[in-house]
Amino acid sequence: MTIPISYYLILSGIVFLTGIVGVLIRRNIIAILLSVELMLNATNINFVAFSDYFRDLGGQVFVFFALTVAAAEVAVGLAIIIALHRSRSTINIEEFNLLKW
Amino acid sequence: MSQLVFAYFAGMIIAASVLVVALKNPVYSALSLLVMFFHVAGLFVTLHAEFLAAVQIIVYAGAILVLYLFVVMILNVKQDDRYHNQWRIAGFVCIPLMMEAMVLLSGGAETRTAGSQAVLGPSAQAIAPDNTFAIGQTLFSTYLFPFEVASLVLLVAMIGAIVLAKREIGEQDDPSPMVQTKAVE
Repeated sequence: MTIPISYYLILSGIVFLTGIVGVLIRRNIIAILLSVELMLNATNINFVAFSDYFRDLGGQVFVFFALTVAAAEVAVGLAIIIALHRSRSTINIEEFNLLKW
Repeated sequence: MSQLVFAYFAGMIIAASVLVVALKNPVYSALSLLVMFFHVAGLFVTLHAEFLAAVQIIVYAGAILVLYLFVVMILNVKQDDRYHNQWRIAGFVCIPLMMEAMVLLSGGAETRTAGSQAVLGPSAQAIAPDNTFAIGQTLFSTYLFPFEVASLVLLVAMIGAIVLAKREIGEQDDPSPMVQTKAVE
């Protein structure tokens, strides 16, 4: 009565695609960062599922490193958001078109 | 029974992640992301990764999400957030990826057992019953150098966050940023 690994792959694929759609269609920068968190969690599900499947702990250790990178990304990303909000007093990405051609 | 548990966790994860993208208020998005983190932790428990489930709750739900809510409440976001008009690009990116995943999963189904036997063969080792002990031993023997690099990444992120978010020296005469934004509005 075990779950086949393809179910975990489908679940993680759906969550990852939801994150991609969120990054593409949201205008709020905080919502975009939350969608990036969704994508990181999808990869974590994949890592842990394969770690259980192959009976190898390397996958779980890599989830740690993904967690570290997620924490660093959140800290720097939110600092950038605060700096942007201080200079423009908005966090709508339509307003930040300085680098748009 | 285990399939029922998996179906519950998977359904809740998918529903919560769709809500993260669909809800307009960022506070509600963050709270449904919290629900998603808890269910991912439950899924980790069913996959024999108990220590990672605890770390997931402590770090993601306890630290990262609190940081998000903190920034959302500092910035005092108005609710005029509409969807971006990039639906076509999102469709172009996601529909081929979804079809590709379906093709790969349906095509790889019959070769899965043979391939997994080949990979599992010599290097298969049983996951120890004490998950925390086993992870600690792996982390500090095989992955010692990446562990040190991860600490360096955290240090750089901390310095970067402080440098990016601190105010300039001459800006300090108005103490509260909220007053400033209210005046701008």
